[in-house]
Amino acid sequence: MTATVRYPVRTRVLHWLTAVLVFTTLLIGFFMVNSLGSYEALVRVHMTLGVSILVIVVARAVNRLTHRTPKLPDTVGRFEHKLVIGSELSMYALLLAQPLVGWAMVSATGRAVRVFGGWPLPRIAPFNADLFFALRQTHSVLAFLLVAVIAAHVSAVVLHTLTLRDGMLSRMTFGRR
Amino acid sequence: MLLGIGAVGAFLAVDLGAVAYANKWVGAGAALTREAFIDRFQSVFGTHLGFRRNHAKGVAVVGYFESNGNGGELSRAAVLGPGRSPVTGRFSITGGNPFAADAPGAARGLGLAIGFPGSGQWRTAMINLPVFPVNSPQGFYDQLLASKVVASTGKPDPAAMAAFLAAHPETAAATEVIKKHPPTPGFADSTFSSLNVFHLVAPSGTRTPVRWSYVPRQAALAPAAKGDDVLFDALVRQLKTTPLQWDLHFTVGTQDDPIDPTLPWPGDRRVVDAGTLTLTGVETERAGNARDVNFDPLVLPDGIEPSDDPLLGARSAVYAASYRARTGEPKTPSPVQVDQVAP
Repeated sequence: MTATVRYPVRTRVLHWLTAVLVFTTLLIGFFMVNSLGSYEALVRVHMTLGVSILVIVVARAVNRLTHRTPKLPDTVGRFEHKLVIGSELSMYALLLAQPLVGWAMVSATGRAVRVFGGWPLPRIAPFNADLFFALRQTHSVLAFLLVAVIAAHVSAVVLHTLTLRDGMLSRMTFGRR
Repeated sequence: MLLGIGAVGAFLAVDLGAVAYANKWVGAGAALTREAFIDRFQSVFGTHLGFRRNHAKGVAVVGYFESNGNGGELSRAAVLGPGRSPVTGRFSITGGNPFAADAPGAARGLGLAIGFPGSGQWRTAMINLPVFPVNSPQGFYDQLLASKVVASTGKPDPAAMAAFLAAHPETAAATEVIKKHPPTPGFADSTFSSLNVFHLVAPSGTRTPVRWSYVPRQAALAPAAKGDDVLFDALVRQLKTTPLQWDLHFTVGTQDDPIDPTLPWPGDRRVVDAGTLTLTGVETERAGNARDVNFDPLVLPDGIEPSDDPLLGARSAVYAASYRARTGEPKTPSPVQVDQVAP
């Protein structure tokens, strides 16, 4: 078996940074809406993480256009190749939409999103309670879609790597193969 | 093959398990959640779609806050520097039933969003009591049930209230303080207080514990002679003819003063008069006015910070749950209709 070709280092760094941030932000998000005492403090952390993800994903989208992806292992058939493309595109779309929806949702309540301990961001939606509710529901739906898409993504890579032993994971890892 | 399936299974168990735990679908169910508060408000007052779960009955007001700059010594908040900020606000009466008749003894609320909708805005939700009756989320939760009016007597169950007060001596003590400050005739002559302690942060970084009050400059019109809205009608009539004013007083605490909102501070604490609130207009609650503002006490500008009082975080969480619920519900017109009150 020929050694797999890896993504460029910058792409791998951005990928794992996103993974950690998204996992943390999702968990804090689910937890904070049930939390009584620490709700507001967790919301502040959640907003800072969300805006950080937005910045990183924009950078990733730009970076993604600067190089072709390393060739997929031969174990990936034509149909699965289409799934890979669809899953990548939907993750980019969700990761861009989710922070924007959150930002707009807070804006619609007539207040500013504050990040990094106080920095206010401009409001990106008018003060409107109906709009808030629509965005608030969307934010929850997108959160669960993210959980589902990420679960599918990780499951597929794990199955390829451990069952088909095609080195799928090593395209994105560091160190020894 | 088995290794791969096992690994996927392990990953999904950890991932989805974490999601389920964070959502409280599994695990500790005993902790008090914000949904428990919403359920309790609804079980005590009924479910009134589209209205706040507490302080459901209210009327929207607009005006401005004229800061005299005296607060700038204690806080770097722009809203406390010299100058005028627009205000959107709401008068209310405690309780989750928007159609309840105004009771003179029921706590009156004033929510303000000063500088709304700017990024340096200051939101506050105050009531006309000298101290708050409870000092913990659990106390508030228990008090709601103990205060539930029994239909046959029109009063709370005395045994339930006695049991609650026995379990919460802080409420018994606060009730004595509250009794010494009977309510004024109306909204316009009520003093509205933060009750919770906040910290003002000076440009130098010095943090000063404070409580604030809005102290009325006028007498109130006598309550209306008849109807369910005697207090609101008097307020609306007065606001239609003349602006109403309150002075903002910061009571400056020491590091030893309690943050417990059931405990009054010593009477000799310094008071800083920081400016004047002038309310110029009154509106029936509708889309786009104070009806749609969540007067979350933790929407604060740089220069004003919360204390460690656990009620503040709980209020923020429960208000958010109430806001999310009501913004998705069909709306019924408020019983306080401004155009039905003769000036």
